[in-house]
Amino acid sequence: MQNALHGRRGPGALVLSDPTATRSLFAIIAILTFLAGLAAMGAQIVAASSREWRSATAREATIQLRPQSGRDIEADLARVAALGRSAPGVADARVLPKAEAEALLEPWLGSGLDLSSLPIPRLVVLRLDLEAAPDLAALGSRVAAEVPGATLDDHGSWRARLSGLANTIIGVAAGLVVLVVAASGIAVGFATRGAMAGSRDVVDVLQLVGATRRFIVREFALRFLRLAMLAALCGGVAAGFAAPLLGTIAALASATDGADEAFLGAASMGWRGYPLIALVAATVAAIAGFVSVATAKRFLRQTRAT
Amino acid sequence: MEQPVVAFDAVGLRYGQGPEILHDVSFAIEPGSFQFLTGPSGAGKTTLIRLILLSLRPSRGLIHLFGEEAARISGPALTSVRRRMGVVFQDFRLLDHLTTYENVALPLRVREREEASYRAEVMELLDWVGLGTRAGAMPAVLSGGEKQRAAIARALIARPELILADEPTGNVDPALARRLLRLFTELNRLGTSVLIATHDLALMDQVDAHRLVLSDGQLYSDA
Ligand SMILES: Nc1ncnc2c1ncn2[C@@H]1O[C@H](COP(=O)(O)OP(=O)(O)OP(=O)(O)O)[C@@H](O)[C@H]1O
Ligand SMILES: [Mg+2]
Repeated sequence: MQNALHGRRGPGALVLSDPTATRSLFAIIAILTFLAGLAAMGAQIVAASSREWRSATAREATIQLRPQSGRDIEADLARVAALGRSAPGVADARVLPKAEAEALLEPWLGSGLDLSSLPIPRLVVLRLDLEAAPDLAALGSRVAAEVPGATLDDHGSWRARLSGLANTIIGVAAGLVVLVVAASGIAVGFATRGAMAGSRDVVDVLQLVGATRRFIVREFALRFLRLAMLAALCGGVAAGFAAPLLGTIAALASATDGADEAFLGAASMGWRGYPLIALVAATVAAIAGFVSVATAKRFLRQTRAT
Repeated sequence: MEQPVVAFDAVGLRYGQGPEILHDVSFAIEPGSFQFLTGPSGAGKTTLIRLILLSLRPSRGLIHLFGEEAARISGPALTSVRRRMGVVFQDFRLLDHLTTYENVALPLRVREREEASYRAEVMELLDWVGLGTRAGAMPAVLSGGEKQRAAIARALIARPELILADEPTGNVDPALARRLLRLFTELNRLGTSVLIATHDLALMDQVDAHRLVLSDGQLYSDA
């Protein structure tokens, strides 16, 4: 690392680096890149999960049937299922057995409760064929008209809320990434200015013996660019290793039972997150290099070799 | 007629709000000339050299360098003017973290020449100034005279058109001073313009050269 940070070995580096400042800057950029990488990865997991969940729920609708006194609920369910099956765009309609309906309530009511005496709402699950343009509104009113107590839910409001939430999370993560990139830019600018001011005599002598500004800028900024690249690489790699952990934790936290795993599934992290982390790290390094060059140029413009 | 390398026209200089160090200084360095700049300590010799180097701007008056008005020289033009000059600073200004060899090679390195292309040249000059065996030493362990010779070698290595040497023999014995002076006169014979600031009368007596005398801020010419 020492060699990579201090540049060419052959003739001595023209610019001395302060090892403490170098290490601090390295740590700052690595940590910031790590955080930005995780934020980006988190956003990507949320985006992918929300996409998956939305498309899964779009392929499904449910008809809920509240028990009405004096009606045979099983007959009504069969009737509703038949109506559903005959509607265009509905591939299949399945009556959820009573046991499954009760099982759905378990997380709220606990197990071991005798629900048989309670009027548990029952569900008919419709599997939709999106190619065939199902008209859920028409089906909904038809079902409601023919079977009292039946309502169709196309999960639309759920989807809207979920994508709103997902977009908020993604927006916050994008903001974090921007802030982190800005912070590392500021840190590098600060370090560049400090290094030049600290080596003011070297900068002056270089100019007096005929160095161009370009040459001096390169001597300083290249070092910081190299440092930032290495630090961003380390932060990015660390984020890459930490990301599956993040996915697993998210999956564990959300998957209270097997059925929910699709919502924040570990699988949803996929490989798309890694290029994203690489992109974040590359951006951090590029901005750092750019800021370092700009700061060095500015310093030389503002000062006169004496 | 060739234009002068350096021309001062009624130049005045003060540092900040301080007193005027130079008033109405007018003189020229003709191409291929050899001149001494002398005067008591504090007279402004170093100040005058810094004006030529463009590391100071005059408070008034006009300076022309290689025919170009100094006030208009900036950016890349400033670098190219400085590349035509070689300077021996009174306080040497060697870079402490570079070896003697690297310090002397610095003007070539900043011109982005390949190290292989100048290595022999630098070693030869180091031998000439008697530092052949000190090439790998850091300035911190050099004696005053050794540092001075390294500074001289750095000023000469890029074969400048104008050499400005500020007290270049102040730290060496008379024999070595003569040898170093010969280096300057040899280069002058080859066409380089030389200005040496010194108050070493014995040194000046060895060369029949034009003397510029600074005193009370005025410049007198003493042929
Ligand atoms: N940066 C500065 N700020 C203020 N005053 C300065 C500065 N540099 C030099 N001076 C003053 O200008 C005057 C001339 O200084 P200069 O260094 O040019 O003298 P000099 O002829 O080179 O002297 P010496 O022979 O001792 O080297 C001195 O009085 C000095 O105190
Ligand atoms: Mg002086």
